[in-house]
Amino acid sequence: MDVLIVFLPLVGAILAGLFGKLLGDRGSQVVTCSLLIAAAVLSVFVFFDVGLHGHARTTQLFTWFDSGTFELNWALRVDTLTAVMFCVVTIVSAVVHVYSVGYMAEDRSIPRFQSYLSLFTFFMLMLVSSDNLVQMFFGWEGVGLASYLLIGFWYEKPSACAAAIKAFLVNRVGDVGFALGIAGIFLLFGAVDYDTIFQAVPGQADTVLHVFGRDWHALTVLCLLLFLGAMGKSAQLGLHTWLPDAMEGPTPVSALIHAATMVTAGVFMVCRLSPIFEYAPDALTVVTIVGASTAFFAATVGLTQNDIKRVIAYSTCSQLGYMFFAAGVSAYGAAMFHLMTHAFFKALLFLGAGAVIHAMHHEQDMRKMGGLWRKIPVTYTLMWIGSLALCGFGIPGLDIGFAGFYSKDMIIEAAFAAHSGVGDYAYWLGVIAAFMTAFYSFRLLFMTFHGKTRADHHTFDHAHEAPKVMIWPLFVLATGAVLAGAVFYGLFVGEGQLAFWNGAVFSRSDVLEAAHHIPEWAKVLPMVMTLAGIGLAWLMYVRSPELAPKAAAAFRPLYLFSFRKWYFDELYDRIFVQPALYLGRGFWTTGDGAVIDGLGPDGVAAATRDIAQRASRLQSGYLYHYAFAMLIGVVVLVTWYIFSAL
Amino acid sequence: MSLAPDLAAAAPELFLACAAIALLMLGVFRGDGAGRPIMRLSVLALIVALLLVVFPMGGEGIFFNSLFIKDVFGNFMKGLVLVGSGLTILMGWRYVERERMDRPELPVLLLFATVGMLLMISANDLISLYVGLELQSLALYVAAAIRRDSLRASEAGLKYFVLGALSSGMLLYGLSLVYGFAGTTGFTDLAAAFARDAAAGTPVSLGLIVGLVFVAAGIAFKISAVPFHMWTPDVYEGAPTAITAFFAVAPKVAAMALFVRVLMGPFGDLVGQWQQIVVFISIASMALGAFAAIAQSNVKRLMAYSSIGNVGYALVGLASGTEAGIRGVTIYMAIYLVMTVGTFACILAMRINERGVESIDDLRGLSKTHPMMAAALAIFMFSLAGIPPLAGFFGKLYVFLAAIQAGLYGLAVIGVLTSVVGAYYYLRIVKLMYFDEPTEVLDRPIGREVGLVMGVSALAILLFFVMPSLVVDGASAAALSLFAG
Repeated sequence: MDVLIVFLPLVGAILAGLFGKLLGDRGSQVVTCSLLIAAAVLSVFVFFDVGLHGHARTTQLFTWFDSGTFELNWALRVDTLTAVMFCVVTIVSAVVHVYSVGYMAEDRSIPRFQSYLSLFTFFMLMLVSSDNLVQMFFGWEGVGLASYLLIGFWYEKPSACAAAIKAFLVNRVGDVGFALGIAGIFLLFGAVDYDTIFQAVPGQADTVLHVFGRDWHALTVLCLLLFLGAMGKSAQLGLHTWLPDAMEGPTPVSALIHAATMVTAGVFMVCRLSPIFEYAPDALTVVTIVGASTAFFAATVGLTQNDIKRVIAYSTCSQLGYMFFAAGVSAYGAAMFHLMTHAFFKALLFLGAGAVIHAMHHEQDMRKMGGLWRKIPVTYTLMWIGSLALCGFGIPGLDIGFAGFYSKDMIIEAAFAAHSGVGDYAYWLGVIAAFMTAFYSFRLLFMTFHGKTRADHHTFDHAHEAPKVMIWPLFVLATGAVLAGAVFYGLFVGEGQLAFWNGAVFSRSDVLEAAHHIPEWAKVLPMVMTLAGIGLAWLMYVRSPELAPKAAAAFRPLYLFSFRKWYFDELYDRIFVQPALYLGRGFWTTGDGAVIDGLGPDGVAAATRDIAQRASRLQSGYLYHYAFAMLIGVVVLVTWYIFSAL
Repeated sequence: MSLAPDLAAAAPELFLACAAIALLMLGVFRGDGAGRPIMRLSVLALIVALLLVVFPMGGEGIFFNSLFIKDVFGNFMKGLVLVGSGLTILMGWRYVERERMDRPELPVLLLFATVGMLLMISANDLISLYVGLELQSLALYVAAAIRRDSLRASEAGLKYFVLGALSSGMLLYGLSLVYGFAGTTGFTDLAAAFARDAAAGTPVSLGLIVGLVFVAAGIAFKISAVPFHMWTPDVYEGAPTAITAFFAVAPKVAAMALFVRVLMGPFGDLVGQWQQIVVFISIASMALGAFAAIAQSNVKRLMAYSSIGNVGYALVGLASGTEAGIRGVTIYMAIYLVMTVGTFACILAMRINERGVESIDDLRGLSKTHPMMAAALAIFMFSLAGIPPLAGFFGKLYVFLAAIQAGLYGLAVIGVLTSVVGAYYYLRIVKLMYFDEPTEVLDRPIGREVGLVMGVSALAILLFFVMPSLVVDGASAAALSLFAG
């Protein structure tokens, strides 16, 4: 069953990719969608079997490397962590596959698109089911490749190509860290499979590495390197710049890869490797700080963006920050819980935004929307559900709320319960970010659906509800967004969590338990902030819309700072991109062009051409020239011999 | 003393000579309309002669009072000459008819030229060498100028004749010097005399060396090696294409065989002396062939420079003066023959509105209009450029290998470098055929004989590497026979 789940998408990808012409558009869609739905159904069974009945297992497939002492197998390790990821990945992917049938209906390369989606799903499943770091790296790079292909799917658009390259390059930075981390782990443990490593970790807790002339705590260094990889893939502060640009890809791609699954790979990796991270407290501190800072930073940027997808993208970035600081304070269950709920409501938001974009004829600028709720009421409702889930709306006293209410509050509470400096830092930034989350979510909702329309007549009049094939999948996600929190709370972070995780994640402190016993004000504060955020959004975008530009003008430097995304792109451009281009251009024009080409190929070719001209000019056509040449030849040869004989 | 063994040894030559005379009679009595049957009969005669070469009557040895030698090397080269003559006459005939040159004397002339070539190859005396060479040359002078009404052809024929006469003069002068200083004209006696001198440590007299230089110059003219090549581009371009094709193949093989025979036979012990000449003309030929061809726009002129370059490569093998080197020359000439016949088949097929065209630009986009012909020509070009696994690569490989074994590193390196330069103009033709848009479409069909020759040569070039022993074994035996005596 595990094998089927992982390889059905690959089969779909191969069929649609290589035989797309044969199958046709419709055939490719049917094949990939049905295989994915089958995988999703199987995943649910696996979830019950592994998560609820505790049947964790590892399936060995075949040998990959067998070189000296280094032996490596392809294997599928299915424990609770993997089972959760199986469900998230296959369900969201199945939804996105079906949704794409409607969204991409007018595209020219449907088989290619479906094939890429399935290929991505295969790599993602490979990543989450690996039982060693190298296979995880295989999946890791595979999803990176699929992401590159899908961001640049509309390769005629220069901006899409640029975004694809940017995503690839920024991820490389992180991947260098990841690869170094794997190499370091092999150096330290002599193995790369999880079981061996995890057993050996406590023994290596105090090992030091002597590098660059000083001693380093080995596990801290390794964890930081691995975390660098996670930062790249999960778009954390510093390596986040590719994610907003990745919105150039088709919207279903944004929902699947850049919201629900691939970007969470970093969180998954930290949770998967929690037995190592737990022995590197300094590394966890860094994880917490980076996560909390990202949550705050991305939320501030989300406040001012005008592109509907970019708002959601920054929101994703911010939510990933939440997950990371949860992991940083050892609340891995909470991180995975939020990962799961977030997958549902963020995919819902993206696909809902896709439906809006579809309705508006590929207009993404919210400033040109407004008043759409009468036109597309179903989408409107779904977006409400998604937004409320994202804000974590619920009633604290009664413990009733949307999915985000359970998972996000759990994270914030866990940060508070950590009772450490970084825990407090994370708590307060998390609370502020919650306020901003509520604000930008409802800003999006109000700007898009309420008020007088700012769209041109033609577009607005023709705005229409998306076809059924796009709407129905959303209900699956909406169900998850509403119920996933309440249903799985007990299993993921509540009473049954130890039995549920069954050792798949490892924590040395019981922060989840402590999180249930924090002061009441600390529990209620996030909800208050959320309500305040919603209220402010309502005030500025519904009640008196003239307030928004006024506020922007009044706090112009702050507004610009946020709108310009804290000038990260400009900064990177100055520090890395321009010097690299300058160096590259220098090497190209002077090094390669002038020196190597000039003296090498071009110079030789020019000389050859010159000689050729002269040589053919020897052929004058006059008989006496020819006879003369022959005689000269004889004379030269005879002279040569006479002189050499003397 | 019976004449029978002598006659049996020279059976192919005698048969061909008699056949040519008989066909001449036929032509005289039947008049101008007899061109086609006479052409067919002459091809038949060549085939019979080839059979006589392949299945010889009588044993090997020296005949006709030491004037004539029959050995494996000679038989191999005669086989090549007969194949080359036969194929070029066969495939050129349609062209000849189209250009209204189909008079009966043309095939007869070419037959006489072939007889001359066979005699040169078998020459074992300075006198029989000269007679064979002149028989070949005189017939070819006429053939080059067979189109009396064409200014260009006449000019070409005249140039060829005047320069040929000059080279004959040099050759004859060289022969007389050799005779004067050595006292004999027989190859066997010369070889024995030089071997004696070498054993006694007597220095070689200067007059003899001067004679050797003149002899070498005379033969170098026939193989169009630099600096005695000047006639080649003009004659190739000016002569009718069918005649050019003939020129490019059989006489080159025969003259190269003669060069090898003279230098390895009587002058075999003077290798230290003539090696420098051969190295010099080899380098000059390779370099000029490579560089001057780049600037050409006429495909026949291009092939002229190509043949100059190829002769240079073959001479690399001769320059090494070893058995491996001679084997290399023999293999090279065999492969050169096939490549050149094939390429000229393609050139003969270049017609627009029933008129032959010769510009390289006319090949633009050939792959779209004549895919098979383009593929064949591409094979020939890649082979001429020496790209593995085609036959041309192995030809070069064997001669360069021999040169390296003989310690002529500089020569081998220059050879490889010039073949890189040469690759440019060969590949340019491939580029024109495959990557440019066609301007004018060449006529179809290209003709049965031409198509057949083209296809067979292309296959032979393409599949040479499958069974190289077919050629290499024969060439090894041929080379060995020169060293056995």
